[in-house]
Amino acid sequence: MDVKHVAKLANLILKPAEEAKLKKQFEETLKTVDVINELDTSNIDPTSQVTGLINVTRDDKIDKSRIIKIGDYFKVPAIFNAQ
Amino acid sequence: MLNKLTLIEALAGLRAKKFTSAELVQSCLDQIKKHNKKLNAFLAINENALDEAKQITANDQRPLAGIPIAVKDNFLTVGLPTTASSKVLEGYMPQYESTVTRRLKDAGAIIIGKTNMDAWAHGSSTETSDFGATLNPWNSSHLPGGSSGGSAAAVAADMCIAAIGSETAGSIRQPAAWCGITGFKPTYGRVSRYGVIAMASSTDSPGPLTKTVGDSALITQIIAGHDPYDATSSPKSVPDFVSNLKSKISNLKIGFAKEYLVKEIRPEVKQVILDAAKKFADLGAKVDEVKLLHPKYSIGVYTIVQRSEVSSNLARYDGIRYGHDRSYFGDEAKRRIMLGTYVLSSGYYDRYYNKAQKVRTLIIKDFEQAFKKFDLIIGPVSPSPALPIGASKGSPMFGELEDMLLEPSSIAGLTSISVPCGFVDGLPIGLQITGPQFAEKLVMQAAHSYQQATTWHHEKPTL
Amino acid sequence: MKNPPFKQLWQTVLGFEVHIELETSSKMFCGCPADHFGASPNTQVCPVCLGLPGALPVPNARAIEWCIKLGLAMGCQVNLFSKFDRKNYFYPDLPKGYQITQYDIPFCHDGELLGHKIKRVHLEEDTAKLQHQENMTLIDFNRSGVPLVEVVTEADFKDSGDSDVFLKELQQIIRALGISSADMEKGSMRLEANISVRHPGEPLPKYKVEVKNVNSFRFIKKAIDYEVARQIQLLESGQTPVQETRGFKEATGETVSQRVKEEAHDYRYFPEPDIPPLQFTKQQIESWRSELPVLPVQVRQELITKHHLSPQYAVIISSDQVMYAEFLKNPTQNMADALVNKRPLKTVSPSVPELKIRYVAKHVIAANPKAVADLKSGKQQALFFLIGQIKKEIGEINIKMAQKVIDELVQ
Repeated sequence: MDVKHVAKLANLILKPAEEAKLKKQFEETLKTVDVINELDTSNIDPTSQVTGLINVTRDDKIDKSRIIKIGDYFKVPAIFNAQ
Repeated sequence: MLNKLTLIEALAGLRAKKFTSAELVQSCLDQIKKHNKKLNAFLAINENALDEAKQITANDQRPLAGIPIAVKDNFLTVGLPTTASSKVLEGYMPQYESTVTRRLKDAGAIIIGKTNMDAWAHGSSTETSDFGATLNPWNSSHLPGGSSGGSAAAVAADMCIAAIGSETAGSIRQPAAWCGITGFKPTYGRVSRYGVIAMASSTDSPGPLTKTVGDSALITQIIAGHDPYDATSSPKSVPDFVSNLKSKISNLKIGFAKEYLVKEIRPEVKQVILDAAKKFADLGAKVDEVKLLHPKYSIGVYTIVQRSEVSSNLARYDGIRYGHDRSYFGDEAKRRIMLGTYVLSSGYYDRYYNKAQKVRTLIIKDFEQAFKKFDLIIGPVSPSPALPIGASKGSPMFGELEDMLLEPSSIAGLTSISVPCGFVDGLPIGLQITGPQFAEKLVMQAAHSYQQATTWHHEKPTL
Repeated sequence: MKNPPFKQLWQTVLGFEVHIELETSSKMFCGCPADHFGASPNTQVCPVCLGLPGALPVPNARAIEWCIKLGLAMGCQVNLFSKFDRKNYFYPDLPKGYQITQYDIPFCHDGELLGHKIKRVHLEEDTAKLQHQENMTLIDFNRSGVPLVEVVTEADFKDSGDSDVFLKELQQIIRALGISSADMEKGSMRLEANISVRHPGEPLPKYKVEVKNVNSFRFIKKAIDYEVARQIQLLESGQTPVQETRGFKEATGETVSQRVKEEAHDYRYFPEPDIPPLQFTKQQIESWRSELPVLPVQVRQELITKHHLSPQYAVIISSDQVMYAEFLKNPTQNMADALVNKRPLKTVSPSVPELKIRYVAKHVIAANPKAVADLKSGKQQALFFLIGQIKKEIGEINIKMAQKVIDELVQ
């Protein structure tokens, strides 16, 4: 695993010692989870929703009860390369 | 001592004017004062608890009026900090209330404090909390389990009358087992997740940790039910869990999961579980072996799916709108975020995430087949009693390995309970009773029958 | 850059991603108001669109309906089974650290408009608004979570003239459906042009340049022309244009580099676990199809074949709802001439003095505060409504005059 690349994707800053330790731990973890490849899933659909629910929507109505009036901008240091 | 009462006993006492809510709350606060410094079950105590209790009259008809309840620190509570036991959210005061705690408050309950947990619910020990581990009231050199370890310890140590926790895969049942109390996991979608800091969105299930099954039934009755703010919450009406608990179980077909007697299980634990199974047979149920997929597959599925969802759910913590920046994440959180990011990443999605979700389908189908022949499935909760402090540091997958017997039912979104069923080395052992989706009533009936015929749940630790 | 050499040997590969802000009452996944025009910063936010811990999304049914209607209006097929997905990346304008969008099963796909293929039409949520100052960037989440429809075309446009007609037609359709003001200056219609250049017959180029943040049809046309010429010049000198995002400098008419688009982001898409999938029936889709209004192409058809107007007149009249409504009241060549040339009608018709129109208009405005508020926030329909209310009072009036009066009174 390219730990540096994954850390960048995950927006985490890791120290070199952390990177090395994590790399080893991931190898161990991936080996353990690899057992799922023992099972044949050739005609099986993936499940991402165990509820069986479909078409859960809400009416297009304004709900004032949850509005939080912050009233001011959030600020971050200037973003360069910005639009 | 009032704090030692069960929820049902406390309610009866309040209604009969034997004592006031203020006395009940005070009793719990005294217990907290005596033992929390050592046990570290609570991260925050509600300074207004006593005042709130004084407002409750004996004539208050609300179902939980005047009852002090502890809440796991991943539930957003207005007026009390909510940290998920992470330094990232240290001092965070939520701007809104979770549905579960709002329903408890509407029912008159008094939230006595927020309990410790594994940070972000990443664990089965409560040792990964950024604010110190919680100790097991039965043996303070042992862990209480996790991630709802603080809630479990608080109930076991009678620091509250009942508690709320959440289970992603084992986080209610396992600490309940290790702390000798009852822990109930409703069907996924039965209780709203709105206002619960998300761990794995597709399995997170809020639920009660209590002294008895009867208490669990009452709390579940209050917190369950559809929530328009949670699109995965079930529109099914909530049956009466409380009044039919006493149903006989003599006609039930109960499956004993032999695959759950894994090689890691200690022989003493195995014996305790077999004795519990025999008890069901004595009660008239028909107990037979049920063949299920080996838990090792669930470990793989759960680790991948959960860590993927975790990596995404924790992306909002950037310190801009609330909390601190991502450098405040602890080791376990970083580990899980990284692994989750990796298995979702380009080139690996099919091999890991997609494959895991397909195996998940197999696990769901496996249970469906089993429940055609059986009404309920029982088995051990944990391969061992509570492990010693430090045990979680041994493996980068400690949580997922510890919970292997609970992951299958969590992945499938089923309902399950852990009830005390014995002791090994002076530490409690839990039995899991699992039912199909929305079979909470049946699960609780069986658990209640078991508790009526045994006294394990009456045992209390010497503090 | 006029007439660069060998231009005829190059073929433009041009396609578009168009984002349309829907004019629903509430946001895509929460009940906050979707209309954020002029609101004070961070006053129309809630746990969901702020991405607070523990918040959960619940999709807006009308937004889904409108997205599908737009797809149907462009002859798309609808995926009867569909879902939302998470697109994971970090940016301060993205509160959850992921955007809820649609990845592999969009609501609509494979349509066609004016001979151009529509690859997909899907639904997603908007990001917050960033305001860059010298030392810091300000973030306003009022816009976060507003429903966005994304239309993706095939890269089959041959030049900017071709795309200009298409984009204007798309705007007309959106407005006819009443789902968005589709106003480029207001940002309710946003264009991204994907531009590259190749020799005819060669495979698709390995690079593409994205041009965005151009807020008028006129400027996007200029930007495309400039960009094509710029790329040709680079290629002819043996260089490959850098794969990047470019903006447009109005003053000089040049595209300028904004952000180097490195290898495609790894968005780690996966199905949104917080939102159950959508399943439509054929009946539902047909019912929505039957609700589609008369579309510009049909209006033009009718003006030409039924009313015998010229294609040029047909284009002008069909693109202006007020003008079209006026024409239908008196569908003659005379009327068409008057409308198109903005000459007063040479027939006997009641001419109501401006003072009277003003008098009635004041009453109408006072009696319809919501319509006035809508008009102030840019909703065209509100103007038609108010004019209609005036006509109810005093009958036939000069529309242009009524419009002028209303504009003056609603300051």
